[in-house]
Parts: sequence; structure tokens; C-alpha cells
Amino acid sequence: MFKKLNHELVEKNAGLLAVLSIVAISFGTLVEITPQLFLAETNTPMKNMKPITALEFEGRDIYIREGCVNCHSQMIRPFRHETERYGHYSLAGESVWDHPFLWGSKRTGPDLARVGGRYSDAWHEAHMIDPRAVVPESNMPGFPWLAENVLTGEQTAAKLSLFKDNFDVPYTDADIAGAQEAVKGKTELEALIAYLQSLGTNLK
Amino acid sequence: MSTFWSLWIIIGSLIVVFGCAWLLRMVLVDTMGEEGKEMPHSFDGIVEMNNPLPKWWTIMFAISIVWGLGYFALYGLANYAGPQQWQSANKHVYSLAESKAAVIAARDAGAVVQYDVEMDSADAVYGATYANYASKSVEELVKDPEAIKVGQRLFIQNCAQCHGSDARGQRGFPNLTDSDWLYGGSFDKIKESIMQGRVATGMMAWKDALGGDQGVEEVVTYVQSLSGRKVNAKMAAAGKAKFGLCMACHGTDGTGNEMMGAPNLTDKVWLYGGSKAAITDSVANGRTGVMPAWSEILGNDKVHVISAYVYSLSNK
Repeated sequence: MFKKLNHELVEKNAGLLAVLSIVAISFGTLVEITPQLFLAETNTPMKNMKPITALEFEGRDIYIREGCVNCHSQMIRPFRHETERYGHYSLAGESVWDHPFLWGSKRTGPDLARVGGRYSDAWHEAHMIDPRAVVPESNMPGFPWLAENVLTGEQTAAKLSLFKDNFDVPYTDADIAGAQEAVKGKTELEALIAYLQSLGTNLK
Repeated sequence: MSTFWSLWIIIGSLIVVFGCAWLLRMVLVDTMGEEGKEMPHSFDGIVEMNNPLPKWWTIMFAISIVWGLGYFALYGLANYAGPQQWQSANKHVYSLAESKAAVIAARDAGAVVQYDVEMDSADAVYGATYANYASKSVEELVKDPEAIKVGQRLFIQNCAQCHGSDARGQRGFPNLTDSDWLYGGSFDKIKESIMQGRVATGMMAWKDALGGDQGVEEVVTYVQSLSGRKVNAKMAAAGKAKFGLCMACHGTDGTGNEMMGAPNLTDKVWLYGGSKAAITDSVANGRTGVMPAWSEILGNDKVHVISAYVYSLSNK
């Protein structure tokens, strides 16, 4: 194409260098990420998928607040050594209403993508207050204050509306109207356990 | 995937690979003078020696370009599926039924789905072992130390979080090594408990029905007397009068009912603690024990071996 590679021109011109650098590194994003934003297979929810309830929604926010995602992933990869332990590998359709998604990338603790129904509520309660009480080898910190903090639900309806309006999550008007009532007076622990029990249950 | 996005991915990927190839070629063609000589530029008196790319690095870079193109050709790129129609896992799956159907559809189409291949080869190795165990009766399995070991491994992996690695349970989670069973200790009942799970719904909060704290204390006193503890006889008599409410599940004599998972109150085994405070909590506020169902997660064959292991613990 060209006889000479005029990189002296690029090296002596900081603006051009910056522009060409951005062009060079943007290909990965353009090829690997951009199509995912538009493809049907990554934007279609699961069959008969139900959005998480108001209480589960508050539990999810507590999950985010307490940084659970720093030690627990929610992404089962299609490998036998993962599916034998955690269940069916995660599917794109399960995450379409998850904003921000909580796939995580660190597994100090186990993956939680399908933890719903794996343990009883009573187990979660005992485990969250003092993990060593039920799993002596656990290095998870306890979260005893969750059992004491009581939710008011003042923001819950606004949160659900936000997800309905911006992310097309099909909350009904009744869901939003009853959101505060469903949450008010419940402890943060109850909300978090409700959220955990919902994880992975949309694959039916 | 639409043709547009398919082309987008293919063209974008090829631009990167051929762009790298072009760059490498240009660097090799235009060496900017002789090796080891000064180059015709200086910055504040600092000059640069001409130092071309090392040969080993250049060759490796060229190999990685060829490798990349070979990878596209064999494993596919966007809508181009490649000769084996390779995929890491099945796509376009939106339910469990579709997932199962996709495995069969891919197999029929002769496509190589990496995950399915991995599962098939594991099944070829271990499937026969589990199927063999599943075909045997519990009497045969408890005599087979290998089978019991397999059951124990599965137990530790899946059940120990609640029942403990020694299966002795803990408060709220039953001890599986004794002869006290909420839902029955026969092999079939144990297997049923694991396969379908158990939800104890009967023990609701009785405080109001028993007439407040006084009533609860009377009933608790009577319940304590059932297992032979010394209690206030008058209080126990008052409790016995109210025990009628409890009889539907725990039986007239308090020995429980395995059909309902109602525990025997006359023995020394207390799932939620046998102290007065613990029993009071159980009666006043209720208990809801839940055993998750494992049939969908582990399947019949594995549950069969686990059941044999659990059975063996209390039937030596």
C-alpha cells in the first residue's frame, strides 16, 4: 500500500497519535460488545419470566450495598465442573432485567446464580447472622445488623417505576402501588433472603 | 444473528487481523536505515540507534496471525459456523425444555457443542456407575463400601452445609445418624425426602390460640413432662387440657406423626432445642423447617446413592 511507514508523522503529532490509538483499541469493543446491545438473543427475556418482587428488589439493593458481588459471582459458565455444583449454566435471557448485572468476577464464596431454593430460609437466616454457626469452615463475614434494620419502603415504588420506564421491566401498576406495603416493616435480612431465594428460578 | 451484525463482526475481526499483518509487513519493509546506525532525528541532542524488531518476535507475531485466521476458519465467526459448527454452549435457549431440545437438535445436526460433548463424555465414564448403583437395592448398597463412599462424597458436597459433614445436623437441621426421623427412616422415605424436599407447615404460631403467654407456658410445661422431666404438676395438668390442639399432628400421646413430619415430643431429641425457652419459642412463634428438593438438581441416580449413605448411618 505505502512504501514508507511515516510513523515520524504520528510520533511528532500528539493529537493524531491519540486519535489513531483510540481507533486501534476501539475495534475490540466494536466487534465484541456493540452487537450484543442489539442482538435478539441477548435481549429476549426467558419464557414466562417474572420480574423480582418489591421485597426481592430491596434485597437486591442490599446485596449491592453490602458488596456481596465482590466475593460471589452470579454467572455459571458452561463447564461440567461448574454445572455439577451450581446447576444449569447461566443464560443471557435471565439477565436482561438485571441493571446493573451482578455477574461478578470473583469467587471467594460460591456462585449464587441458582442459589434460590437450595437452602431453607432458616438456614439463610442463621448463616447470614453468623456463617460459622452452620458452616464451620466458612470465611464469610457475618451480617447481623441486617436482622435489626427495618425497611420503610419509601423508595421502593420509585425504584420499580424506574426499572419499568427505563428498562422495560414489566411491573404492573398494582406492583408499583403495592410496593411500599410489601416492603414496609420487613427487615433487611428478610429482603435479602427473599432475593437470594429468587435467584436462578426463572429457568423453568 | 442478522446479516448486518454478522458482517460487522466478520469485517471488524478481519480488519484487525489483516491490519496487524500489514503493520508487521510495513515495519519489515521500511527498516529506516541500517541496523546499529544512528537514525536521522535527535531530540535535545539525544539520538536513537536503529534497532529493528527481533527475528524471534517477528516470527511469533506472524504465527499468531496465521493462528488467528485458522481459528476463525475452524471455529467459525459470527454467522459462519465453520466445518464442525462449533459452539461453546447452545444458544437461543429461553427455558429448560428448550435447553434440552437444543442438545438433541445440535446432536442431530452434527454440530459440536463443547459443553454437551463434555457432559456426554462424563456420562460415558460415570453414568454407568451411577446407573448401576441406582439399579441396586439399599440392602446391596450398604454392603458395598465403594457405593457408600460415593454417597458420602455427594453428601458432603451437597448436604453438609445444613446437616454437617458428619451428618449429625445442628439446631434446626436434623441429625441423620440417630434413629429419630421426622418423615420416616425407611430407605424409601429418606429418598422421598431428598427427591421432593419437605416443607413443615403445621407448626404455626400458637400463642393466640392458646390464650397468650399463660397458655403457652402451661402447654410447654406439659410437653416437658412428656419426656420425663420434673415439672409443676398443676401447670402440666392445665397444659394437658390445652394439648388437644396439638394432638392433630403430634398424636394423643405426643409421639408425633411421620406423615406430617410432626416430631415425637416424648423422646430426648429436640430439633430446635429442649430448654424451656426453646420450646416456648417453638410453641409461641411456630417453626417452619424446609428441606429443599433435589430431584431436579442431582437426579434420581445420585439421590439413590446419597439415600443409601444416609440410610447406612443409622442402620449399621
